[in-house]
Amino acid sequence: MKTVSIIGAGPAGIEAAYVLAKQGVAVSLFEKSSSPLKNIADKAFLFPNFAAATDIVEQMNRKLLNANITQHLDTDIVGLVHEGEQGWKLTDNRGNSYYSDNVVLATGYTPFDAHRKEELGYGIYNGVVTSLEMEKMIRYNQIVNSMGEKPKRVVFLQCVGSRDEKSGNHYCSKVCCVTAVKQAIEIKKQLPDAEAYIFYMDLRMWGQHFEEMYRQSQQDYGVRYVRGRISEASGTFDGRVQIKAEDTLMGLPLKMTTDLLVLMVGMEASEGTRCLAKAAGICGEYGFAQSTDPHLGDNLTGQQGLYVCGACKRPMSINDVVNDGRAAAFAILEG
Amino acid sequence: MKKFGFEISKGRQLNFDEMKSEKVEKLLELVPSYKWCIGCGGCTAACSAAGFTDFNIRKIHTAFFRAQYEGLDEQLNQCMLCGKCLLVCPRGVNTRSLIINMRRILANVDTVTWRPQRELKSKNEGGNNE
Ligand code: SF4
Ligand code: SF4
Ligand code: SF4
Repeated sequence: MKTVSIIGAGPAGIEAAYVLAKQGVAVSLFEKSSSPLKNIADKAFLFPNFAAATDIVEQMNRKLLNANITQHLDTDIVGLVHEGEQGWKLTDNRGNSYYSDNVVLATGYTPFDAHRKEELGYGIYNGVVTSLEMEKMIRYNQIVNSMGEKPKRVVFLQCVGSRDEKSGNHYCSKVCCVTAVKQAIEIKKQLPDAEAYIFYMDLRMWGQHFEEMYRQSQQDYGVRYVRGRISEASGTFDGRVQIKAEDTLMGLPLKMTTDLLVLMVGMEASEGTRCLAKAAGICGEYGFAQSTDPHLGDNLTGQQGLYVCGACKRPMSINDVVNDGRAAAFAILEG
Repeated sequence: MKKFGFEISKGRQLNFDEMKSEKVEKLLELVPSYKWCIGCGGCTAACSAAGFTDFNIRKIHTAFFRAQYEGLDEQLNQCMLCGKCLLVCPRGVNTRSLIINMRRILANVDTVTWRPQRELKSKNEGGNNE
């Protein structure tokens, strides 16, 4: 039976590993961090059904335990090359090598660094936070403004680092729209007296129940939507944030003071994705890895024995990547 | 007094910190379906009045929602309450009730622009005034 190395122990990599191991394939799973599922670990609830992220993490961890998977944690794979008879050679940051017949790239994404949008004040004003930080606040029931008090108003800004020439990312990150709606609902659940505003260019409610969630946020939670992109944020003397935007449905400029400005940061190719896609010669756009065909060959790479799955290809949601990990496993089983 | 022929222009910026939204709250209470509005403009596209005048119902209710009430009562009087807008709204907003209640709120609360009921009636002869 052929051997498989999977690089990246996120939901995509774990799902692929689990399916293969259950079919009797010898699987090694490599992860650069000290524990799997790093990107989900601090999440509170997952859209669209508000499933607790801890449950998903627990179930995925159980998959790791219940299947015969060799885990290599704290192992950062930096080299990937095909060496004829011996198959694929993986090299880690300590210089160790590992050989296998097949490799699955599941190296995922990294969140956009909000410091790069300096005009939005991240890292300058304490009232400006990222969607990841907001997710943590929700998870630990600690939604507070820069003074440590309960916020009276929270403003979300969509498309930070996505759909933006200035960030060099023309693409849409797919999950941030619905994440903002989800987080706004969570805020209203925890702090019913707070106002929640979402500033958007388009609201992309592509998935099942997303549009319904958007409607529910209006109907049951009074979340307010403003079509317009915030151009700048500045600090106020009392530790709050003042934003400027155009209310494009009114055709008028607007200003608003808020306790918290939440930047919905997009997804970029992770360092591992960039480095390994380059090493294996499967670079796509924006540093992501490229599959051979988006319809019928989305896990194939054109290189014998090299497969791709999950957010190393493009922005994806958690349910997307789990299914894609599964699909990659079956692509390998088919040979 | 000498006139110099210039004046200070009024600020056009919407200030969300100083919005007086009691009327908005009242409207949402009377017409809860308005909470579903997504600003798509279907109502304006369907409106027979919009094709020939500057009457734009989507703009009017957006302005009301932003507490920009000035001049709205005047504009709302151009509506014939035909209800075509109601037929197309993708979110099921009861636009007709929305219009009637915007008028009512503006008339009741703001006495300066209050219009006698009979005038409203005469403008909508034969129509349902509720
Ligand atoms: S999902 Fe929404 S917020 Fe995210 S990049 Fe796309 S349009 Fe912008
Ligand atoms: S058609 Fe309905 S949803 Fe669209 S702008 Fe008019 S009231 Fe709002
Ligand atoms: S009810 Fe008024 S706003 Fe609606 S279509 Fe008729 S005239 Fe236009």
